[in-house]
Amino acid sequence: MNSLVGKGSIVLDSQDQVRLETLVLPHLDAAFNLARWLLRNGADAEDVSQEAMLRAYRFFNGFHGGDVRAWLLQIVRNTCFTWLEKNRRVNDMAEFDEELHGTPGPTPESLAIAADSRGRLTHALESLPSRYREVIVLRELEGCSYKEIATITSIPVGTVMSRVSRARRQLQLTLADPANKEAIDEL
Amino acid sequence: MSCNRGTTVLHGYFDTELDALGAAEFESHLEQCFDCFNALEALESLRSSINIAQLYEKAPAPFRKKLLARLSSARPVVVFPARTPWRWIAVAAACLLVGYSGWRVIPVHRGGNYETVLAAEILDAHLRSLQPGHLTDVVSTDQHTVKPWFDGKLDFSPPVQDFTDQGFPLQGGRIDVVHGRSVAALVYARRKHFVNVFVWPTDEKDSAPRSGSQQGYQWIDWRKGGVEFCAMSDAAPSALEQLQRLFNE
Repeated sequence: MNSLVGKGSIVLDSQDQVRLETLVLPHLDAAFNLARWLLRNGADAEDVSQEAMLRAYRFFNGFHGGDVRAWLLQIVRNTCFTWLEKNRRVNDMAEFDEELHGTPGPTPESLAIAADSRGRLTHALESLPSRYREVIVLRELEGCSYKEIATITSIPVGTVMSRVSRARRQLQLTLADPANKEAIDEL
Repeated sequence: MSCNRGTTVLHGYFDTELDALGAAEFESHLEQCFDCFNALEALESLRSSINIAQLYEKAPAPFRKKLLARLSSARPVVVFPARTPWRWIAVAAACLLVGYSGWRVIPVHRGGNYETVLAAEILDAHLRSLQPGHLTDVVSTDQHTVKPWFDGKLDFSPPVQDFTDQGFPLQGGRIDVVHGRSVAALVYARRKHFVNVFVWPTDEKDSAPRSGSQQGYQWIDWRKGGVEFCAMSDAAPSALEQLQRLFNE
């Protein structure tokens, strides 16, 4: 990220700067929120959403109108997945999502989490595979249309429709029974 | 759900993504199908619990502040082929100086805006050049070395002359950017001062020199033979006028 400043290669005229600041910065919350849920961690989300904003800044010359939020969230999403690839940890593996549900028996910690509905939902959402988690975040938290989700995730609208319905179904099943291994396998 | 309708239709209806016809069809189906009716209620309940839980995470205020500072430090003032962070520090210093002092430029000929922008950019470029190691890309007092150095680096060939005998020894040259285009910067010494002469081609007709000063820096701008010259220095105004006459001879 430091190289961005060092190279001095960002070429924005003053008009572009104004456009950037008035169009892109209002979506900083959206950028952070998506990064936070994709990475499941606030501190990492700060690093990655900063990097995404700097990339948006850098490539703003190439933005020729359209949906700014979708354009920015596309950058955030790609930056998140690149980051996850690079910083692959046991907890970030997609496989972990499924193993998590296989953990038998409630622990005192999981019981405490379940008592609080926010914690319960957070836990359920974080335990979804990332392909499901992102469509839930974009649809339910960000209020994106299927078309916008299709743009952001680079998948066809038809696939978005079926993915949203599967993601919700899995979220419902996880909430109903956090250790529901059978339900996960079914999907 | 035992209903044989695709669940994507149910979700599409719930998300108001169906077209008018599809939505009307599904509504008439809903009147008869308990499964779909219950599934729709479950989706509404899921959505309301997500809303109540307030899962949306806004960018924390300290992070926002840090990021804004980062973005404004990455903001370029003029475009130039920088290689080291030193240049950015120089730009920041120039901005502070210009911002602090404010500009008073004598508007002549082409109107105030051109003059103001040009003078501001020339001052930026001049101050930047005075940072350690930034004055010259080619160091030579020989015009026959400096002139060919520009070949292939610019889309024009700047007039390069040494005026050592007249009290302005050539120090060298570099490429700079003024007004969004690459220009030649010729560096002369005048006693203990440096003079930057910025040179670029122009379509405008020849013009008499116009001059101004700010913050102890003098500038003089003139056009001759399809070339615009703008010299800037902290040397005396008379020195710049003398240099201008040497160029025009």
